[in-house]
Amino acid sequence: MSTVKQSRISYDHIATNFQEVHPGLSNREAIEEANRCLYCYDAPCITACPTGIDIPTFIKKIASGNVKGSATTIMTANPIGASCSRVCPTEELCEGACVLNHSTKPIMIGNLQRYATDWAMKNDQILFKAGKKNGTSVAIIGGGPAGLSAARELGILGYDVTIFEAAEHAGGLNTYGIVSFRLPKEVSFWEVKQVESVDVTIKTNTKVGVDISVREILDNYDIVILAIGMSSVPNLGIEGEDLQGVYDAIEFVKQTKTHPITDEFLGKKIVVIGAGNTAIDGATCSVRLGAENVKILYRRSLEEMTAYDFEYEFAKQDGVEFRWLTAPLRIIGDDHGNVRAIECIKMELTEAGEDGRRKPIPVKGSEFVLEVDAVIKAIGQSRYVSLIDEMNLEHDGGVVKINENTYQTSNKKVFACGDVIFGKGQGEAMVVSAAQQGKKTAYAIHQMFTKTANETA
Amino acid sequence: MADLRINLAGIQSPNPFWLASAPPTNSGYQVQRAFEAGWGGAVWKTLGEPILNVSSRFAAVSFNGQRVAGFNNIELITDRPLEVNLKEIAETKKKFPNHTIIASLMVEPKQEKWHEIVKKVEAIGVDGLELNFGCPHGMAERGMGSASGQVPELVEKQTYWVKEVAKTPVIVKLTPNITDITVTAEAATRGGADAISMINTINSLAGVDIDTWNTIPHVAGKGAHGGYCGPAVKPIALNMVGECARNPHINVPISGIGGISSWRDTVEFLLMGATGVQVCTAAMHHGFRIVEDMIEGLNNYLDDKGIASVMDIVGKSVPKYSDWGNLDLNYKIVARINNDICINCNKCHIACEDTSHQCIDMLKAANGESILQVREEDCVGCNLCSIVCPVDGAIDMVELPNELPPMTWNERQAALGTMACDADIIKR
Repeated sequence: MSTVKQSRISYDHIATNFQEVHPGLSNREAIEEANRCLYCYDAPCITACPTGIDIPTFIKKIASGNVKGSATTIMTANPIGASCSRVCPTEELCEGACVLNHSTKPIMIGNLQRYATDWAMKNDQILFKAGKKNGTSVAIIGGGPAGLSAARELGILGYDVTIFEAAEHAGGLNTYGIVSFRLPKEVSFWEVKQVESVDVTIKTNTKVGVDISVREILDNYDIVILAIGMSSVPNLGIEGEDLQGVYDAIEFVKQTKTHPITDEFLGKKIVVIGAGNTAIDGATCSVRLGAENVKILYRRSLEEMTAYDFEYEFAKQDGVEFRWLTAPLRIIGDDHGNVRAIECIKMELTEAGEDGRRKPIPVKGSEFVLEVDAVIKAIGQSRYVSLIDEMNLEHDGGVVKINENTYQTSNKKVFACGDVIFGKGQGEAMVVSAAQQGKKTAYAIHQMFTKTANETA
Repeated sequence: MADLRINLAGIQSPNPFWLASAPPTNSGYQVQRAFEAGWGGAVWKTLGEPILNVSSRFAAVSFNGQRVAGFNNIELITDRPLEVNLKEIAETKKKFPNHTIIASLMVEPKQEKWHEIVKKVEAIGVDGLELNFGCPHGMAERGMGSASGQVPELVEKQTYWVKEVAKTPVIVKLTPNITDITVTAEAATRGGADAISMINTINSLAGVDIDTWNTIPHVAGKGAHGGYCGPAVKPIALNMVGECARNPHINVPISGIGGISSWRDTVEFLLMGATGVQVCTAAMHHGFRIVEDMIEGLNNYLDDKGIASVMDIVGKSVPKYSDWGNLDLNYKIVARINNDICINCNKCHIACEDTSHQCIDMLKAANGESILQVREEDCVGCNLCSIVCPVDGAIDMVELPNELPPMTWNERQAALGTMACDADIIKR
């Protein structure tokens, strides 16, 4: 076992493995780094940020000691800026655009953003005020990044906003779907509190279509925003999926954020199917639960992997093994109905097809069996198709169709943003993009009512 | 290996690096440590009637995280009896016979007081004397330090009294808290000074605590002005050295003081007419060990330039320092941006656009890349863009061919043959 792994993972106090991995910048580090920022004019980092945070300004404010102002600059542009400081692929966004990439090294924008928002969080700051009520009501279905972002902007603009959230807490992916050691749920809760502070009502444990009818919402609100994200991991469609020890990665991560950490994975062998960011989360969670060996199986290769580079690096440092070009054939159980092994087959890639992606095909006779104790499925997410159908919105396999300028769906009073519009060549998968879509949806709604653009950010 | 020895008004020193009269030269222990580290000389902390000091004495100014950009103190001259200091000076001189020890002196402006202290100090063997006419706080309120240094007659008279009995060279240390330092410098030379040193510290208040509203520093809730030094004062000191060096009535060597932190600063002071330098703040910030790089850096500089002795560069920039009226009005430089080096921070654009002459355009090149371009016909050659540019080589200030013969303001006025108050007509 490498020393790196020894220092990262505790097998005696498993719960400590779920504390945030990076401690955040100290005051000294933050000020030194902030002073290193050139304070560019018309800075490329701003353009590279999907929410257009005025990055040089927030960094300058850290340097001057105006940390509250810094947090306000960040959160004005991005209502979930505290979460984004932790989960954004910054090297592909702001930091990738930093002009210092060419001369020294880019400014740690993500870490500085976290420093400022952490300060606001620790000091219980409320950064925004509700606008004067304009008499228009908006129902937002889904309290995740997109829904919260739309709600915050609409609240500031004076709309009467109600969020309907199926889960116990709002925050969506940030609260439940991203591992604690990257994004503690308290961060997400603070962002939810900021949204509530602009007079947004959040009805939790309220599943639309179950606890409240679609009709009721459509009838009682002037505007409806659909921001329901995506659903559970779909089935692999292979034998043995109902065995004990087969997990849905999203549900698996959610357990670690909502229930006490247990030692049931201690010393176990785990495989994760898929190679997106959720697969990495499933794998690194397993390592942190004390698993002896964790493998990620992916039917394509490193090149096609959708996980961010920094997530991949993180998993490798956690000792996660990657088995490229490997597809599961069946999950094998023991006499008690528990997972015992998984049979796989090696794949090879064809030439790129019409969609530009190379297709994996099985290599004949390459089957092999891996002894495992658990299988975590992370091959993407299914859609809430029935709710979309019930709302009678046009969609393409659960991807709601929108006017890309206004985020309006086929029903003029219903708007949609976030993962529910992602896919089939539409939208973006990043949390930060969902936040921006939420803002833009709010502005589109406001424009519809005022006929003039009125961005607050 | 260049010859780093200097001779300042007959005072020999193994190198031009002296510690200034200040906290670092308060005791034999300190000065001996300094000599071991390589300092060529030390001006002992000012001797006089031992005083009482206050507690909470220093404060510094940080700029964008850079500590000690400027330094402020309200400490006074030595707080130790004269006999103790003299004993330690003698011991130190015995251990380090080739190093330079200068005694800094300050007494009441009375002839007998000066005679008495000069005799006592020279009796134990020092290489020279420095008269402290500069200390801006505390002692000034008692009629000493800058209180006498601001009055040319007192400078002249006291220098004269010292020279009546002094056997070693006399350096007069001048205060910058005066409108024209050449006036007191001239007074010192009239009094017979063998050399002058400058600058002493500048009246200053380091800051105000925005939470307690106290001064920084404060003594039990009260503050008083101190003396400012450190890197921030270097340009002020350099000008004063230059002004004295180029003044035809001031023909004595200059010991340069004020914000000198490196061999580069030292070279600048020497070029501008100083024969040696005195350092305090940099040593207080980092310790005596900084002199090792100062010596090596200066030596490498001289070797690279093929200059045999450090004395050969003294004053070499003085002829280049003049009055504004002697500058060529027809000289023209413009900024040129090298877009292959430029990192597109756009700081030059916004600086020029908001605060200078609006001549840097943000454009898109044919290939779609952002570029910055100077409209040379509108550029006045102010240098601001190249000053704010964070990347070396991205902006060059380029000399344009002179279409007109050189013409200074003074020449122009003379040519016009008119009175200086005539309107200055500019054709555009």
